[in-house]
Amino acid sequence: MLEKPLFGSKKYYGWMTALIALIGVGVICFLYQLYVGLGTTGMSRDVSWGIYIAQLIFLVGVAASAVMVVLPYYLHNYKEFGRITILGEFLAVSAILMCMLFVFVDLGRPFRLLNIFLYPTLNSIMFWDVMVLNGYLLLNIVIGWITLSAERKGIRPPRWIKPLIYLSIPWAISIHTVTAFLFAGLPGRGYWLTAIMAPRFLASAFAGGPALLIILSLIIRRFTKFDPGTKAIQMLARIVTYAAIVNVFFFFLEVFTVFYSQIPEHMDHFKYLFFGLEGHGILRPYMWASMSLAFVAILLLILQQVRHNERLLGLACVMIFISIWIDKGLGIISGGFVPNPMHQVTEYSPTVPELFITLGVYAIGFTVLTVLYKIAVAVKEEVRA
Amino acid sequence: MESSRRKFLKIAGLSVLGVGAKPVLDSLVQAGEPTYATDQEALEGTHWAMVVDMKKCRDDCRDCITACHRGHNVPEINNAKHEIKWIWNEDFKHAFPTQEHEHLAERLERQPFMVLCNHCDNPPCVRVCPTQATFKRKEDGVVMMDFHRCIGCRFCMAACPYGSRSFNWFNPRNYLDDTNPDFPTRAKGVVEKCNFCAERLAIGKIPLCVEACKEKALVFGDLDDPNSEVRKILRERFSIRRKPGLGTGPNIFYVI
Repeated sequence: MLEKPLFGSKKYYGWMTALIALIGVGVICFLYQLYVGLGTTGMSRDVSWGIYIAQLIFLVGVAASAVMVVLPYYLHNYKEFGRITILGEFLAVSAILMCMLFVFVDLGRPFRLLNIFLYPTLNSIMFWDVMVLNGYLLLNIVIGWITLSAERKGIRPPRWIKPLIYLSIPWAISIHTVTAFLFAGLPGRGYWLTAIMAPRFLASAFAGGPALLIILSLIIRRFTKFDPGTKAIQMLARIVTYAAIVNVFFFFLEVFTVFYSQIPEHMDHFKYLFFGLEGHGILRPYMWASMSLAFVAILLLILQQVRHNERLLGLACVMIFISIWIDKGLGIISGGFVPNPMHQVTEYSPTVPELFITLGVYAIGFTVLTVLYKIAVAVKEEVRA
Repeated sequence: MESSRRKFLKIAGLSVLGVGAKPVLDSLVQAGEPTYATDQEALEGTHWAMVVDMKKCRDDCRDCITACHRGHNVPEINNAKHEIKWIWNEDFKHAFPTQEHEHLAERLERQPFMVLCNHCDNPPCVRVCPTQATFKRKEDGVVMMDFHRCIGCRFCMAACPYGSRSFNWFNPRNYLDDTNPDFPTRAKGVVEKCNFCAERLAIGKIPLCVEACKEKALVFGDLDDPNSEVRKILRERFSIRRKPGLGTGPNIFYVI
């Protein structure tokens, strides 16, 4: 199956060339960052994590969302997801890979990364995050590859794969829970100090990830002979709808707790994000855009006629995806660091090299995703023929 | 062909296992705590703490900061975003953000408060560090940094509620004119902070900031020793700590 990605249409080669060019630019910027130091980024003493870690949070959600196709298919025997599960699993593989790369490019001393394994620290959530991410990556590679090979050969997957599949379900929940714990247990950071952080992360993951999967399915349907299935897409659309509603609900739970209690240390972060604080509020337009997109998309999605119209469904999914990307990819990190624990406002915005490194990591992720999807789709086409 | 590939995989697998097992084996072999020879002169204390007497502290004086930063090769970076700070001045409302109110004594409102690492009893930075690069010394409670082990993940900076940790965003050596050869300089990409002058305690000297303060506004001592000067001051006068509600147990006390 490994030879499949070597051959393709002109469009395919063009797409891959563009990705590889982006990777090249990203690598050059990363080497520059290595040479000069992380001062090339927009991060600072006060906002010590930026867009890299924000992407990690966002992509962990995308990876965890694979469970939304795996669970109905394997636990509830929902056959319609049969064709789409592999797409979910391979999406998880590329997302986790990007997560790890984002941790790597964020380190001040990336080549000391092995210290995490040489001096395992059981009380550090970061150690556990690395563990669960690696485990999830391995699970999805093995499960995806074994089931796909079996499908190609027209045989049932070996029996030993079943326990791994069942294991992957709670494991998916664990990766996002542990990632939420990176933030939720820190003293003096009011925005993150909330027990609902993990459920909020999961809700947004189960909206954003399947939304992306719908978009990818629509693209695959257009460009290949493989059809992930209208029923599967419709079921995913329902999942997106419910999860998006729960996500907004959780957000308002947070808003209630924070603003009814009136504790300044918790309120000020929300004020900074949505209204600005002490004259600073770089993220205001983004946060309102995220909020509006979420509302409009939910309104669209609950209308059955819209959901059944694949064009409008695609549009709503893009809106959900952007909304969640802003919330997690920008808001969670900056909102937590601003104002700082001494109540000073230092704003953060990424620099150009930082953005290119981010794009480079995404390009690596999309290259892997394209290769994996190419294999999956080729096998699916072959089996059907 | 087939057999040689199998052989290769076997050897490769075993070597990976071997590399993975080494730290585990090492920890088994190393039974008991390692012991170190301490200098005869070393200061003896089991719970170091500091009292800052704000009645004695002079607004315009920066002696403690200068002495510390010079002694520890702390670079002078004129950009608030990239600064390295071991000990610095902060307004009352920033040092004690939850205790500020609009009718604060005028003196406190304008007086700069000297702040540094609190060497907490229950330090969040130590709890989150994935490589134990930051750790608390059992024998005297000093929170230390191992610059060589730090991977620069900056989790400790997110965890510290006092902003006491600095990251080397650039090569700090580019910002040093003359260096103190008795203390190492740092490299880019690692976190650093006040170490309570652990290197001086080991040779029987008090911290540089305390030594440099002509007004005697800084007092260093052992909280476990009832006869120590810090205990004496805390017994007699009212003192506050930064963000006590967070449960970190700061060991810097402010007499105001």
